[in-house]
Amino acid sequence: MDRRSALKWMFAATATVHFLDTKALGQSQEAIGLGYGTDPDLIKGEVPWERTMTEAQLRTTKKLADIILPKDGAKSPSASEVGVPDFFDEWISAPYENHQKDRTIILDGLAWIDRESQRRFGTDFHLLARPEFTEICDDIAYLPDALPEYEFGAQFFSKFRSLTMGGYYTTDIGAKDLGYVGNYAMQTFDGPPPEVLKQLGIDKAPW
Amino acid sequence: MPHINAGKTKPEYDVIVVGSGAAGGQTAYTLAMEGVKVLMLEAGRDYDPVTETPMFQSNQHAPLRGASTPGKPFGYFDATVDGGWQVPGEPYTQAQDRPEDEFLWWRARMLGGRTNHWGRISLRNGPYDFKPYSRDGLGFDWPLSYEDVAPYYDKVEALIGVYGSNEGLENTPDSPNGTLMPPPKARAAELLARKHGKSLGIPIVPIHRAVMTERLNSKKIPKWLHPNNPKAQETLAKEMDQRLACFWATKCGRGCSIKANYQSTTVHIPPALASGNLDIITNAMARVVETDSSGKATAVNFIDKTTGKDYSVKGRIIALAASSLESIRIMMNSQSFHHPDGIGNSSGLLGKYIMDTTGARVSGHVPALENMPPHNEDGAGGAHIYAPWWLYKEQISGKLDFPRGYHIETGGTRGEPGPTSFGGLESLTKGSYGKQLKEDARRYYGSFVGYSGRGEMIPNEDCYASIDNTVKDKWGIPVLKFHWKWHEHEIRQAAHMHKTFAELIIEQGGTVTSEVDPTGKKALYRPGEIIHEVGGAIMGDNNKKSVTNQFMQSWDVSNLFLTDGASFCSNADKNPTLSIMAIAWRSCDYMMEEMKKGNI
Repeated sequence: MDRRSALKWMFAATATVHFLDTKALGQSQEAIGLGYGTDPDLIKGEVPWERTMTEAQLRTTKKLADIILPKDGAKSPSASEVGVPDFFDEWISAPYENHQKDRTIILDGLAWIDRESQRRFGTDFHLLARPEFTEICDDIAYLPDALPEYEFGAQFFSKFRSLTMGGYYTTDIGAKDLGYVGNYAMQTFDGPPPEVLKQLGIDKAPW
Repeated sequence: MPHINAGKTKPEYDVIVVGSGAAGGQTAYTLAMEGVKVLMLEAGRDYDPVTETPMFQSNQHAPLRGASTPGKPFGYFDATVDGGWQVPGEPYTQAQDRPEDEFLWWRARMLGGRTNHWGRISLRNGPYDFKPYSRDGLGFDWPLSYEDVAPYYDKVEALIGVYGSNEGLENTPDSPNGTLMPPPKARAAELLARKHGKSLGIPIVPIHRAVMTERLNSKKIPKWLHPNNPKAQETLAKEMDQRLACFWATKCGRGCSIKANYQSTTVHIPPALASGNLDIITNAMARVVETDSSGKATAVNFIDKTTGKDYSVKGRIIALAASSLESIRIMMNSQSFHHPDGIGNSSGLLGKYIMDTTGARVSGHVPALENMPPHNEDGAGGAHIYAPWWLYKEQISGKLDFPRGYHIETGGTRGEPGPTSFGGLESLTKGSYGKQLKEDARRYYGSFVGYSGRGEMIPNEDCYASIDNTVKDKWGIPVLKFHWKWHEHEIRQAAHMHKTFAELIIEQGGTVTSEVDPTGKKALYRPGEIIHEVGGAIMGDNNKKSVTNQFMQSWDVSNLFLTDGASFCSNADKNPTLSIMAIAWRSCDYMMEEMKKGNI
């Protein structure tokens, strides 16, 4: 696409991403005091609320999270190996409005996927083997491609996947697998290494 | 003199400073170091960055992996405590219900205020920025010039430590040689933006930030800042030696336990306390400035939040530095026989001409940044580069449909991933999962960019704050009501930002992933959202048309000063903090002269 048509496309491609979540900014006075409040101990990082998911919900979560981010040989562990199901439990048990919305989507979705599994294969989702679970997941993996009857499942899968990734890649192990390098003290900051500059087609970095 | 409890104050102080952030910190520092007896009142709790800053804690160690919540709106590890867009029990109201004009007021009720978490961007106003009316006939000229303030920019930069470079660009002042610290090397996405910015005529250069990339020279700087004052020199040198250079990890927004960046609590307050001339009372919510029968300011009345009791403390001078809007709230609430409409308000202009910075952003995906070899981009915990406003000539010759400029801040690094970093990936991965998703995640990580404009709004008649007499905060103090309307200048400027940022993304071979608004109306961030509140008590050279003189001294009450951004009569695209400190320092020098002369 040349620049002119790209610009044209860009100006036309509106209304897909919304702009400002005014609700998130103008939080109500009551909402502020929820959860860990306004002055938690930042060094300790304690979670003051109870986890609320049932054994069955956690089982289904583990199954689906490990389908989404499985163990990759010796390279990186599976989602459940770095505690993603517990992250889900912490996330959807949080008393904040946005988290309570996620709770509804996640718990309704987990129930839906079990019903779908029962309907197709006569058993709960967590007991399915590869060809079966792939069949369900493929139907809901991408909302724009999903059939109307799988729209709800696809919305759920989308939220579930982004939370799985959020939970996985915010662990130190997950961040490393992603390619994040940092969070240690250095004497000097030397900027991008030569192979990065080469890939960018930049001969020499200024400054 | 130390932190003290309410009720344990001296009978009288030379100066009472309300607030402890950039303005309050600078005011207390300048005065206390020169022997003036100062009492500082802070509405929030005491705060110690050395012991409280989460250095090296990764998101794994935070509730919700550091996600933002109503109680911690910039995320768990953000330095702000007891603050945000709302403070429990301390509401504010809106005069109108248009969502786009709803003012958002970020407060930080803690010692050091917003300086604990700010972006550390430290840009000087240029010569044009002090005389905007003379240039384009809009807004107001300042009753001072760049030359008046330049020596104070020099001093502030030397005291706090700022990295950056001298580029000799129009209206983007250089600092004297040797003042700025070396800028950090640019990151991959920053270099790519620079390369392609060049072909669009956008100059991308090192940004200036209050982060030390080397140690401060504690032998030279204290002598230069405090000539003929060996005690101040010694005190400052000792405190400077406690500040270490950046070790290239931990975002600045968390604060800094090694004191490598500027926050009032690590740079201004420690030497001021060590001078022996500063008392601090925290949890002291200032209510009103009290006056005598002649209308002169005598004391500050405050509520001790820990007991709910009222106290008054006497001062020869009262310096309000509570943040522009909190300071004018105190003034409007200080009504008396001599000051029926609030103290210092004979002009009727108190609360008028409040300003924020305009903001707009466009995000994109740049394939050239995919599959990058993993490398460390933590850097100085914030931006390394920016584009200062570059179209002065086009603007003055009438080629643009808006009058004032903006600078560009760039985003896009291989920073630590957060829990909500991955929502936008789906359109690229087309719903992949399994091992493919892990590969996709590695491929796309670090390939997203964002460009944010930070522009100058012009003060207008529709943007002001008043007292809402129907609502009180939990301390019984009437709250502020905000009136706002963006004018066409800001809206057209935002449209230009969106168009430019989209071009910059496309020039790099990228795709725009957020909405681009050619009208600018939906592009603007909400008023207050950039957290650059200034104005409300503008300075001038005429007591009918302004609230203070060039030294931020009230025209009506000679011993009342506003040393924060309240007296700014324009708000250049340059982030205001550095200017607040420079002008506060200048105001303090004037206070001391006037006290010496016996005029106050």
